[in-house]
Amino acid sequence: MSKDLRITNSKFIDQTSRISFKFDGKNLYGFKGDTLASALLANNIHLVGRSFKYHRPRGIMACGSEEPNAIVQVGNDTSMTEPNTRATEIELYEGLEASSQNCWPSVNFDLGAVNNFFSPLIPAAFYYKTFMWPANFWKLYEYFIRKSAGLGKSPTEPDKDIYDHRYLHCDVLIVGGGISGIMAAKTAAKNNLNTVLIDDKNILGGTTLFQENECFKINNSYSNEWLKKEIESLNSLKNLTIKTRTSLAAYHSYNYLLARENLTDHLDLDEKKNKIRQRLWKIRAKKVIIATGAMERPLIFNNNDRPGVILSSSIKKYIDFYGVKCGQKISLFTNNDSAYETAISLNKCGVSVNSVVDIRDKTNSLIVKHAEKLGIKVHWKSTVVNTNGYKKINSIEIMKLSDDGTNVIEKKINEECDCLGISGGWTPRVHLFTQSGGKLKFRDEDNVFVPDKSDLDQISIGSCNGDFGLDDVIKNTVNLINKFLKINNNDYENLEIISSKEIDKKNIWLLPSDKPLGKTKPFLDFQNDSTANDIKLALREGFKSIEHVKRYTTTGMATDQGKLSNMHALGIIAETAGVKMGELGTTTFRPPYTPLTFGAIVGRNVGEFFDITRKTPMHDWHVENKAEFENVGQWKRAWYYPKDNENMHEAVQRESKAARDSAGILDASTLGKIDIQGSDASEFLNRVYTNAWSKLEIGKCRYGLMLNEDGMVYDDGVTTRLSENHYLMTTTTGGAANVLSKLEDYLQTEWPELDVYLTSVTDHYGTVSICGPNSKKILSKVIPDLDLSDKEFPHMTFKSVLIDNIKCRVMRISFTGEHSYEINIQSSYAKSVWEKCFKAGKEFNITPYGTETMHLLRAEKGFIIAGQDTDGTMTPIDLQMDWIISKKKYDFIGKRSLYRSDTIREDRKQLVGLLTDDPNEILEEGAQIVAETDKQPVEMLGHVTSSYFSPNLNKSIALAVVKNGKKLMGQKLFVPMKNKTINVTITDTVFLDKENKRLNA
Amino acid sequence: MFLINCPYCGERDQSEFSAGGEAHIIRPKQPTELSDDQWAEYLFMRKNIKGIQFERWNHAHGCRKWFNMVRDTSNDKIHAVYKMGEKPPIK
Repeated sequence: MSKDLRITNSKFIDQTSRISFKFDGKNLYGFKGDTLASALLANNIHLVGRSFKYHRPRGIMACGSEEPNAIVQVGNDTSMTEPNTRATEIELYEGLEASSQNCWPSVNFDLGAVNNFFSPLIPAAFYYKTFMWPANFWKLYEYFIRKSAGLGKSPTEPDKDIYDHRYLHCDVLIVGGGISGIMAAKTAAKNNLNTVLIDDKNILGGTTLFQENECFKINNSYSNEWLKKEIESLNSLKNLTIKTRTSLAAYHSYNYLLARENLTDHLDLDEKKNKIRQRLWKIRAKKVIIATGAMERPLIFNNNDRPGVILSSSIKKYIDFYGVKCGQKISLFTNNDSAYETAISLNKCGVSVNSVVDIRDKTNSLIVKHAEKLGIKVHWKSTVVNTNGYKKINSIEIMKLSDDGTNVIEKKINEECDCLGISGGWTPRVHLFTQSGGKLKFRDEDNVFVPDKSDLDQISIGSCNGDFGLDDVIKNTVNLINKFLKINNNDYENLEIISSKEIDKKNIWLLPSDKPLGKTKPFLDFQNDSTANDIKLALREGFKSIEHVKRYTTTGMATDQGKLSNMHALGIIAETAGVKMGELGTTTFRPPYTPLTFGAIVGRNVGEFFDITRKTPMHDWHVENKAEFENVGQWKRAWYYPKDNENMHEAVQRESKAARDSAGILDASTLGKIDIQGSDASEFLNRVYTNAWSKLEIGKCRYGLMLNEDGMVYDDGVTTRLSENHYLMTTTTGGAANVLSKLEDYLQTEWPELDVYLTSVTDHYGTVSICGPNSKKILSKVIPDLDLSDKEFPHMTFKSVLIDNIKCRVMRISFTGEHSYEINIQSSYAKSVWEKCFKAGKEFNITPYGTETMHLLRAEKGFIIAGQDTDGTMTPIDLQMDWIISKKKYDFIGKRSLYRSDTIREDRKQLVGLLTDDPNEILEEGAQIVAETDKQPVEMLGHVTSSYFSPNLNKSIALAVVKNGKKLMGQKLFVPMKNKTINVTITDTVFLDKENKRLNA
Repeated sequence: MFLINCPYCGERDQSEFSAGGEAHIIRPKQPTELSDDQWAEYLFMRKNIKGIQFERWNHAHGCRKWFNMVRDTSNDKIHAVYKMGEKPPIK
C-alpha cells in the first residue's frame, strides 16, 4: 500500500484491522470498511479493466452502483466465481480474490487493444453492417463474434450458496437512508406507522454522512454532525425496521417491491460458510417513500475515459469517507458548484488541487467564494479539450470556450495531473419511480427529469425529487411527508440552515474540442464503448426514436443500464435533432436496478424443491422393484420395470406380452378423479361430454370425450354413475387440474342454475389396474365374495365391495383391450391392496408394467391418448370417433364448432394406422409423412403420433395424423428419415382384436 | 403484481389468481341456430383495449370462485370487482 495515499482521519475506516486480498494475483491489503475500489485506489491501482469493444484501459470512475468501468470477476474457483460485480460495491473481506475482465493476457498488456487502433473502422452497428454477407459465412463469423461477446466468465458448476425468499408487509417503506430518508423514517415511525427503511450501503447517512463543510450547516453544526444525532435517535423507535446492505431491485404496481439483502457477501471467506448468502424480500407496502438520491453526471469531452478520470463527488467520498486520495495532483472539471466541495475536502486533507476548470463565465456562490479564499485556482469559461496518458492520465489540455460554447478559442494550456475529477451536474435517481409506472417531467433550468405523476401511493423526496440544496431538501421533505402521511410533524421546524446555493447554471452536453469531431473520442457509455460520434452517426442514418438510437449504438445497454450515460445521450440527440428534451422522453428503466444473482431470484426453489413432486401411494413398491420413472406433469410414474440387464425395449416387450398372455398390473393412481354430485349431475355431463349420459344406469361406466368450445378434443376418460346423483369422472393424468377448472368455470359462469358440486379426489384414492386373461382369477382370490360372472359384473360396470373390511370401488373397464379391473381404494390402503393383488397373481406370473407398456397396449387397440395423438387441432371426426358424438343432444361444449366451414373440410388431418413395409422397422414419433420423395418442396401430409414394436403382433405399428387420411386407406406413403426413406401403408387404427373378444375372455 | 380484492376472500396477492379473459361474453343459448360468422364472433373475437376493460378472474389458489373485474389496462388500476351475474358497477 502506498502509505501516502491513505490519510488517517477517516471515522469510517478501522485502520487497526488490516484485511488482505488479491487482485489480479497480487497480494494487497486494505482496512475494515473499505470497498474493493477504495482499497485498490489506496494501493494506487486505477487500471482495473479493459473496455468492451476497443479494449481501452479503464479505471474506477465512481463509488457506487453506477460504476461503469470497475466491474470485476470475484472468486478464483471456476465453479463459484461471479462475473460483472462492481468493485465499488464489494465490501473488502479477508480472502477476497478479484480479477480484471475483458483482457488477455493481462489488464496491463491486452492484445485486444489492437481494436482501439482500428476504432475508426468499428463504428456503431459495425457488426450488423459487416457480417450480413455472404450469408453462408455466418457460421464462421459467429464463432469469432461469440468468442468476443460477453463480459466475464460464468461459473461452471451449480451454485453452492444458500439463498432465501421472505415476505414483508409494512405501512411505509422508505428506500434510501440519506438525510431525507432518515427524516422520513423517523417521522413515520414516531407516528405509529409500521416503517421499514432500506439502504444498499452498510451504513446509513448517504453523502451527508461525511459532509463536513462550512457552507453546509444545521443549527450551527456541520450537517454530518446533525445527521449523526438523527441516526442515533432512530434506535429508540419501536415501529422502525432498518435493513442495510439491502438494495431495491424492482418496484412493481400496487406497491409490490423486491429487495435483495446481502447477508454474507461482506464476511471473511471462512465466516461465510453454511449461512444464507442473500435474501430476496418480497415487500408489499401501503405507502412508499423513494429517497434514492441523485448521481453525478460525467462530462463528455475528448478522451474522457482514461484511468484516473473520476467523478468529482466520488473523489470527495474516497477522501472524506475512506480516507483515500485518488491522486497527488488532482485537477477538477465542472459545470456546477459541487466540484468546489471536492476541492475544499481535498484542500482540507492536504491534497494539492491544480485548478478547477469551470465552463461557466464566473459565479459567486458561497462555496465558490470559499474555495477561492482557500487559494484554489479556477479557469473560468474553459473546457478540457483532451487528456493524455495511456494507462493513467498524466495531463489535461485546457482551452477557453467561445461565447456560445460551441468552439474553443485562444491558447491551449497544458496542466499536469494524476487524476481528473469531473462533474456534469446531478441526475435524480428516478429509476424506481419510473419502474412503478410513474411519469417524469423535464425541468429546463437544470436539465433534469423529475418525478411527475404516479397512480400509486408513493412520493419521492430529497435529491431524487430534484431538490439539490440542503435547505431545499429539508424544507420540502418535511412538507411532502406531512402531506403524504397526513400528519403534522414539527420536529424539523425552526432549523437554522446554512446552505450554499448554486446561482449560475450552464450545460453543454458535448463539449467542443480543438480537433474535429471525427478525430475525438468523447465517451458516453463507458462500459459499452459508445461515443457521442456513434449517436450522431445513428441520427445521420435516420434513427429518430431514442429507443432505436439506444439499440443501434448500444448506449445504455451495458450491465449498468446507462446510469451515467443516458442523460448525455438524450441531450446530444435532442440538440442534434433540434427537439426539446421533454418531448424526446427517456428510455424505459427496467428492473432490476442493479443486477441480481440468479441465486437470489430462485431462492430455495432449487434441486428437489424446484417443483412439486407427486408420488402415488404405491411409489415405494415401484422403487423397491427397480422401476424406472417417468415425469408426467408433476407425477412420478413407473415407466418400466427392467429385469436383470434388460434395456427399456426389452422390458417393455416382456411386460406387453405378459399382460396379454396372462396378467399385468398397473398403478393407475395418477389418473385425475373428479367427484360430481347434485341433482343436475346428469344434465351437467350431457353438456360437457359429446355423448349422452341421462340414460346411463346406476352402476355403469361410460367413456366420454370432452371438447373445447372450438370443437377440438380436450380430454377423455371413463365416468361411473355411483348413484342417482353421484358420478366419479376420470381424466387424463396431465389434464386433471385443467379439466376441473374448466368445468368449474362453466358451472359458475354459464350454468349457475345447475345444482352440481365438483370435488377433486385424485389424491384421495389409489388405483390398482389388473388386466389380462387371468385377471378374473386373480381378482376372485382377492375378493372371494364377489360374483365376477359376465352376467353379474359385465364390462363397463362397477361394484362397491369390501377388501379386508375397507370399502372400495371396482370398475370393470379396460384401456388395454384385455379383460381387466380397476380397484379404487382410499390412498392409505392402496399399497397393501396392490401387494395383495401381486401376491394373488404370482401363480399367473402377474407382471407389473409401466406407462410405456400401457401406451403400447392401447396403441395395439387404436385407443388415443389425448395430448399425444391429439394436439388441440383434432376434432372427434378427425379421430374417426364419429360414434361418440350424440346426434340427439341439442347442445354440448364444442358442438356448434363441429360443423364450421373449417371443421367439415374433408382434407383435414385425420388419425390413421400406419404399417411399415418392413415389419421390423420402427417409425420415429414426430416423423413427417409424404406422398412423393423426388419433388421439392415436398408437401408434408402429416406426422407419426405414436409408434411401437408390438410383441403380440410381432410387427411395428404406428398411429399417425395424415391429411385426408380416411380416404387414403391402403395407400402407400413415405416417411423420409435422415439416412433412408421408410415405406409405409395406411391402415385401420385398430391393429389387434378388432372384434373386442378379449374383453370378455 | 396486483393486489386483488376477491369479492369472497378480500385482498390477496395476484399470484393466487388466474385471469380468464374478457368478461360479459355470454355463451349463446341456441348455438345451432347461429351462422358460422355469428358463432365465430362468440368463439374468437375478443377486445384488446387500452383503458377500461372488463375481465374475468378466478381465485384459483383460494376460494376457486370466478368473479369480474374492471381494470384500466393502461395503468393496471383495478376500479371494481364484482360477483358473477352482477351488473358492472361502472359503465
